[in-house]
Amino acid sequence: MGYTSENLAEIAIDTPQTLAEPSVRIKNLDLNFGSVKVLQNLNLDVGKGEFLVLLGSSGCGKSTLLNCIAGLLDVSGGQIFINGKNVTWSEPSERGIGMVFQSYALYPQMTVEGNLSFGLKNARIPKEEIAKRVARAAEILQIEPLLKRKPSALSGGQRQRVAIGRALVRDVDVFLFDEPLSNLDAKLRADLRVEIKRLHNQLDNTMIYVTHDQVEAMTLADRIAIMKGGKIQQLAAPGEIYNRPVNKYVAGFIGSPSMNFLQGNIQTGDTDVFLSGDVSIPLAGYAFDGLGRSPGKAWLGIRPEHILTGAEAEAAPFNTQAVIEIVEPMGSDTLVWTQLAGERIRIRMDGQSDVREGDTITIGFHAERVSLFDEATENRI
Amino acid sequence: MADTTAQNGSEPWGPKPRKRFSRKNIMLYGTLLMVSIYYALPLYVMIVTSLKGMPEIRMGNVFGPPMEITFEPWVKAWAEACTGINCDGLSRGFWNSVRILVPSVILSIAVASVNGYALANWKFKGADVFFTILILGAFIPYQVMIYPIVILLRELGLYGGLWGLVLVHTIFGMPILTLLFRNYFTAMPEELFKAARVDGAGFWGIYFRIMLPMSLPIFVVAMILQVTGIWNDFLFGVIYTKPDLYPMTVQLNNIVNSVQGVKEYNVNMAATLLTGLVPLVIYFASGKLFVRGIAAGAVKG
Repeated sequence: MGYTSENLAEIAIDTPQTLAEPSVRIKNLDLNFGSVKVLQNLNLDVGKGEFLVLLGSSGCGKSTLLNCIAGLLDVSGGQIFINGKNVTWSEPSERGIGMVFQSYALYPQMTVEGNLSFGLKNARIPKEEIAKRVARAAEILQIEPLLKRKPSALSGGQRQRVAIGRALVRDVDVFLFDEPLSNLDAKLRADLRVEIKRLHNQLDNTMIYVTHDQVEAMTLADRIAIMKGGKIQQLAAPGEIYNRPVNKYVAGFIGSPSMNFLQGNIQTGDTDVFLSGDVSIPLAGYAFDGLGRSPGKAWLGIRPEHILTGAEAEAAPFNTQAVIEIVEPMGSDTLVWTQLAGERIRIRMDGQSDVREGDTITIGFHAERVSLFDEATENRI
Repeated sequence: MADTTAQNGSEPWGPKPRKRFSRKNIMLYGTLLMVSIYYALPLYVMIVTSLKGMPEIRMGNVFGPPMEITFEPWVKAWAEACTGINCDGLSRGFWNSVRILVPSVILSIAVASVNGYALANWKFKGADVFFTILILGAFIPYQVMIYPIVILLRELGLYGGLWGLVLVHTIFGMPILTLLFRNYFTAMPEELFKAARVDGAGFWGIYFRIMLPMSLPIFVVAMILQVTGIWNDFLFGVIYTKPDLYPMTVQLNNIVNSVQGVKEYNVNMAATLLTGLVPLVIYFASGKLFVRGIAAGAVKG
């Protein structure tokens, strides 16, 4: 589960951009708060121009990692390189990074223009150059009419644009985002998300983006690093993470509604099957090769959207009858709760289906859509 | 809706009428009135007495308004009353107090605000220990430190001078002011501080450009605390200065407690009022900001 140099090399082959000199390299990073180990021996390479998302639930160490990269926290061990330069003990302003915060963190007593130029003035950049950069950033972010206003006279979305602008004017290679959209309402969040993606396409900077929102992670990222307990669980492209989660935690974390899990045994022989209660699921065509050295007890995971119903289900190698317990219509989809092998499971159905609570339907799925996890280690088999 | 009901005419409408002289109201306002009188009466007596001549005071009616208003006692208290060999009234003490007050307030607030800022935002090694020691200082009784400080000031060559007293006031203001500023700065969003660091502002840059402009209320609170505290100080003033440099409070005491001659109550009252004027003016001028600052510290700190 820990991130070893072995699979680091593997991923570097997967994504060509990391073959070049990495933009940000983190080596054996440790961070302790007193006796609490927040980050342990963490390694991470971020390629030039890559959009990397650090994803995890609160307390997993993702923001801490970002603060370490920014230089706002002193590390307990290990090294950080940005553009090949060892910046482990450099001041934040000397690292060539720009940072955007969740609470915007605009200086309330300064105008938007003052906010944008504050860092440049500190760096003693000539006035004309400051004006040029501020104008350019304002144009890119479409905040030109707001330049003379104070932050208190701006809306949430405008404030976050200014905050992004403050990173933009610094003309740096690496952007750090610390949950930048969490304080915005849903619609604005979706708008600004697209805008950040457009910005990345336009500027081609390296971006490291911390979030707990998997939609943001999936839509924005070139690669996602899923973190838990101060360790990176999986580092891969969004599609890879969705289709080939390395362990049960990642599988359950990505996907909405989350993956269904059944507890049971793998029986290998002429035909490999998964036994759970009185249900026997054939595993012929399982997408990963590991069944041979399977330990027996395991979890079977199947995503709600991969469970088929009706005629499709009848054609699938595994199918069974199920009684619908609860129907949750969501417009585009309908979420149906039922039971399989004594476990409560969710099925995502077409929004137009007219199933009702109490109905009996046929459900089924293909083995290649299934993920199996060792019950003890929770690693994928 | 209210209109339609009114047009009906059949039903009563409008807010529920309240009894003005309910038992609750009488209790409430009665208590308030008593307390107000209790606090206002001494002030009233002082003002009235200070405006009377001595013959009228001898007649004894303490609460009666002056029959003949005279400002003679005020003039005398300010410019003519004698303490020891000096007969230039309280004015000498007033200017001494001002000369003590201004540098003490500025110095103590300047140092304490930087202290508080450093403790809140720059977590240096041993910061907590330092803070604990500083706060402990607030609980040590003054009496314990009086004599050691006398020796200290003597060694520094500041004993008996105004600057020695300024130093003492600055040091004794430090624990509570540091606590005040630290709590205020701690309550400020941390990300603001982080953003300024990414923007390349250093220790002083962040203090002057980011923190100071945002903390006017707490500076006003600190100023009021220090002005009233230092202005009203008697103990340090009488110990660490000499008669020529006595602050106003010490001089007031010397005038009021003078054992020679007739007790001039009207002059004493006027002198007391004059001495209390500075804190009073400060309160009235900045009362609103004071409440706001205290509340801000209380809620967020």
